[in-house]
Amino acid sequence: MATTRSTDAAARGAYIEAPAPLHARPAPLSGLLAPQRFMNTTGLLLFILALSVPFITASPYVISILTSAFIYVMIAMGLNVVVGYAGLLDLGYIAFVAVGAYTSGILTTQFGFSMFETIPIVILACVLAGVVIGGPTLRLRSDYLAIVTLGFGEIIRITATNLSITGGASGIHGIPTWSFFGWSFADGLELFGITFTSKVLFYFFVVIVALGLATVGAARLSRGKLGRAWKSIRDDEDASEAMGINGYTTKLSAYIIGAVWGGVAGSLLASHLSAISPPSFEFLYSALILMAVVLGGMGSTPGVIIGALFVSLAPEFLREFSEWRYLIFGVLLVVVMIFRPAGLWPANAVLPFLKKRRIEPLTTTNIPWAAEAKQAAEAKQAADAAQGRDGDAARGPAENGSGAGRDGGAR
Amino acid sequence: MSALVLADVDLYYHRVQALDRLSIDVQENEIVALLGNNGAGKTSTLSMISGLVRPNAGSVTWRGQDLAKLQPWDIVAAGLLHIPEGRRIFSTMTVHENLLIGGYLVKDQKLIRQRADEAYALMPRLAERRSQQGGTLSGGEQQMLALGRALVGGPKLLLLDEPSMGLAPLVVKQVMQIIEHVRRNGTTVLLVEQNARAALRIADRAYVIEGGSVAMSGTADELAADPRVIEAYLGA
Amino acid sequence: MIEFITGDLFQLIWNGLFVGSFYALVALGYSMVYGIIKLLNFAHGDIYMLGSFIAFVLLGSVIGFLGTASLPILLLVLLITMILTGGIGVLIERVAYRPLRNSPRLAVLITAVGVSFTLEYGVRQIFGPAPEVFPFRLSGESVEVLGGRVSVPQIVLMVIAALLMWVLQLYVMRSKEGRAMRAIALDPRATLLMGVNVNRVISRTFFIGSALAGAAGVMAGAYYGSIDFLMGFTIGLKAFTAAVIGGIGNLYGAMLGGLVLGLLESFGTFVLGGEWRDVFTFACLILFLSIRPTGILGARIAERM
Repeated sequence: MATTRSTDAAARGAYIEAPAPLHARPAPLSGLLAPQRFMNTTGLLLFILALSVPFITASPYVISILTSAFIYVMIAMGLNVVVGYAGLLDLGYIAFVAVGAYTSGILTTQFGFSMFETIPIVILACVLAGVVIGGPTLRLRSDYLAIVTLGFGEIIRITATNLSITGGASGIHGIPTWSFFGWSFADGLELFGITFTSKVLFYFFVVIVALGLATVGAARLSRGKLGRAWKSIRDDEDASEAMGINGYTTKLSAYIIGAVWGGVAGSLLASHLSAISPPSFEFLYSALILMAVVLGGMGSTPGVIIGALFVSLAPEFLREFSEWRYLIFGVLLVVVMIFRPAGLWPANAVLPFLKKRRIEPLTTTNIPWAAEAKQAAEAKQAADAAQGRDGDAARGPAENGSGAGRDGGAR
Repeated sequence: MSALVLADVDLYYHRVQALDRLSIDVQENEIVALLGNNGAGKTSTLSMISGLVRPNAGSVTWRGQDLAKLQPWDIVAAGLLHIPEGRRIFSTMTVHENLLIGGYLVKDQKLIRQRADEAYALMPRLAERRSQQGGTLSGGEQQMLALGRALVGGPKLLLLDEPSMGLAPLVVKQVMQIIEHVRRNGTTVLLVEQNARAALRIADRAYVIEGGSVAMSGTADELAADPRVIEAYLGA
Repeated sequence: MIEFITGDLFQLIWNGLFVGSFYALVALGYSMVYGIIKLLNFAHGDIYMLGSFIAFVLLGSVIGFLGTASLPILLLVLLITMILTGGIGVLIERVAYRPLRNSPRLAVLITAVGVSFTLEYGVRQIFGPAPEVFPFRLSGESVEVLGGRVSVPQIVLMVIAALLMWVLQLYVMRSKEGRAMRAIALDPRATLLMGVNVNRVISRTFFIGSALAGAAGVMAGAYYGSIDFLMGFTIGLKAFTAAVIGGIGNLYGAMLGGLVLGLLESFGTFVLGGEWRDVFTFACLILFLSIRPTGILGARIAERM
C-alpha cells in the first residue's frame, strides 16, 4: 500500500522524500554483556534469590522484615512513576498507601470482603483520589503540586483520625491475610513435605506481586509510549506540547498510575501489619519514600530498588544511629541533590563493564557562501599575522598586542 | 582609539559552537552594526560583552579593561548597557519605576531625575504614560521605555539587540533617530539588527556575522553597496 | 441569633485576624522568596520554629541571669532572634539553594525538603521530641469589645505584626533595593542588565523573609507558651495557602491572604469543629487553586525565567 501511494503521489510531485541519515545506524548490541540483557538476567536471578529466602532461613523475623522491605519497594516504584518518570514532586504519597490500606482494612473487617475482592475498590478509590487532587492542581505550575500533595497527605491522616469508620486514633486491627476462592494463606500449605506458614506464603505473594509484577510493570511502562511522554514532559513541557503531547493528561495519568500503585501496596501493607493506624501515615513516611527514590536514583529501576531497600532496612542494621537517622537522611538529601542529583544509580546509567554503543560525533553544517567567506577572512588573517609577526603591526584595526590567546588585550 | 575590542572569541553553549574566532572592534563614539541571520551569533556576541555568558577563548576588552572575568553588574558599572532582545521591560512596574531602576547604580538622585526628565523630553509618549504599567504599553512605546531606561543609566557603550523587531516602519525610524541622538551625546553604539537597511543607514561601520565569525566587514556604505549583502539582507 | 451577630461574630472575626497576622508574617517570606527565585522554600516554616527555639534559649539565659523577664526584654529578644533567623536564612540559601540555581526546579524543591528535615530533626536531637515550655508568657487582662473578649497580649502582638508589615511595605515599594527585588521577580535577566547584583538581592530577600518568620515564631511562643520541633510543618503549609489565596509573589497579597486564611479558619472551625481545621484549610487551598490560582490580588511573578 505504501508503494502505490508513494508512486502516485510522487507522480503528482506531492511527496517529500526524507533525507538519508548522516550516519548508518550502529548494529544492536548482543551477548550477555549487552546492558539490557544483563540487567534482565540479573533481575531474574535476584528475583529467584528472593523467592528462595524462606528455604535458606526459617526465621520469621527475617521474613517479616523482607516482606516490609519489598512492599516498600513497590511503594517506591509507584512514587518513581510520579517523581522519576514524570518529574512531579509528590510530598504526600503515603496518602495513597493509606487510602489503599484503610479501604482494604474497612472492607475486610467490617464488610466481610476478602482482600482480593477489595482490590478493584482500592483501585477505584485511588483513581478517584488522584483525580480529585491532581485534577485541579496539575493544570498549574508543578511547584504547587508539591504543597498540595503534602496537604492531601495531611487531610487523609486527619480524616482517618477523626472518623469512626476508620477506627479513629486507634485505627483498624484484625485485618486478615489474602485468600483466594475460599483458601486463605492463613490455612498454610503442605507441599513436598514442607510446611509453608501463612507468613511465608504471604511473603511469596509479596515477592511475586511487588518485585515481579509491580516493579517489572513500572519499568515496562517507562519504556513504552506513555513513559516516553512522561519523560519528555519532565524535561521540557513546552517542547513536548509543541509536538502534540498533552501535558496535562500525561501528568495526570502519571499521578493516577502512581496512586493506584500506592493503593495496592497499601492493601498489601494492611495484610502484612494486620493493624493500621493514623501515625503510620504521617508526612515522615512520604518523605522517607521520596528519599528512597531520590537517593537511589530518580527514574531508575535498580536505583529505586536499592534506595527503598536502604531506607527500609538501614534502621535494622544501624540501630545505634536510629536517633540520628532522620537528621542524617535530611542532610544526605541536600548533599545528594547538590553533588549527585541523579542519585546512586542514575536512570539510563550503564555499569562500566557492560558494552556501550559507539556513536560518531556529528559536524555542524554552515551556509555555503558564508563558509567560503569565512575561509577567505581567516586566510587573510593568517597572512596578516605571518606578516606582522616580524614587526609590531597589529591585526586589522585592532589595538596593539597580539590578540591571540586568553590574555590578549593591552595592559 | 578602539573602545571595544573582541579578539578571537570562541563561545560554546555546551557542545554547540556559537562564536568561532570572532574579532570585531568598535571605536569611540562610533555606531557599528552587526548584521546576519538568526542563529549567526549576534545575540551571543552582545550577551558575552555584557557578561551574561563567558567566552571560552579569546578576549573582550573595553577601553583596555578585560571584561571576560567581570560579573554583569560590574560591567554595567563600567558603563556598558545592554538592551536585550524583546525589550524586557518590567510589566507590572510603572513607566517611571522602569526608568528609575535603570538608574540603580547611579549614586546621585538628582542625576537620575535629570536623566529621566531628558528621556521624557526625548520621548514624549513616555511622559504621557508615566504612571501606567509597563505591560500596557505598545511595542514601540516599550522599545522607547527600554531605551529610556538605558539612558537613565548614563551609558558609555550602548548594546542594542534588534531594537526594530516587531515595530512599524515609522516607529523604527523614531528609534533610529533616538540612537543617533544618543551617539551625538558621546555614547558609543553597537547595534545588532536583522533590519539591515535601517541599521546601515545610521551606522558608520558594519560587520556581517555568519556561523559565529565575521564573514564581511567594512563601512556602512561599502556593505550597503555589496551585491552579496544586497541579495541576502537588503531584499534586492 | 442576635447574640451570635454581636457576640460570637466579633469574637470569630477577632480571633481570625489574630491568627491571620501570624500567617501573614510567615506568608510574606514564603511569597517573596517564591517571587524572586521561584522556589517554594519548604524549610520556611521551620525557620519560624527556629525563631521560637532561639528565643527560648535567649529568654532562658536572660531569666537565668536576671531572674525575670518583661515585655521590653521580650522585644529585645525578638529583635535579636530576627537577626539570627535572618542570618540562618541567608546561610541556607548560600549552602543549599544557590548551587542549584541552574538546576531543574524539582531538584531545588527536593533540597528544600532535605533542609526542612535537617532543621526539624536537628532541633529534635538538641531539644528532644517533647514540647518545651516557653519561659516567658505574655499575660494581660482582656477587654470586652462588641460582645467578644480581646486580650492585651493579642493587641500587642498584632501591633508588632502590623508594624513589621508596614516597614516591609515601605521598603519593598519605595526603596531602590525593594524595586530591584520586584524587578528580579518579574525578569531576572533584564534585572542583571540594570547592574543589580542579583545574588546579593536574593540573599537580602531571604534575610527579610526569614527574619519575619522568626519574629512570628517568637510571638507564637510568647503567646501560646509551648513549642516543639514540628511546629513549623503546619505553619509552612498554612503560609503557602495564605500566599496563594492572596496572590503569590505579591506583597500585599501575602498580607491579605494571611488575614483571609485566619478568618476562613475561624469560621470554618466554628461550623465544622476544631479537629477539622487543617482539613478545611487545605480544602480552601485546593478550591482557590481550582478557581482562582492567581489569588485575590493577582500573582506577581515572571512568566519565564
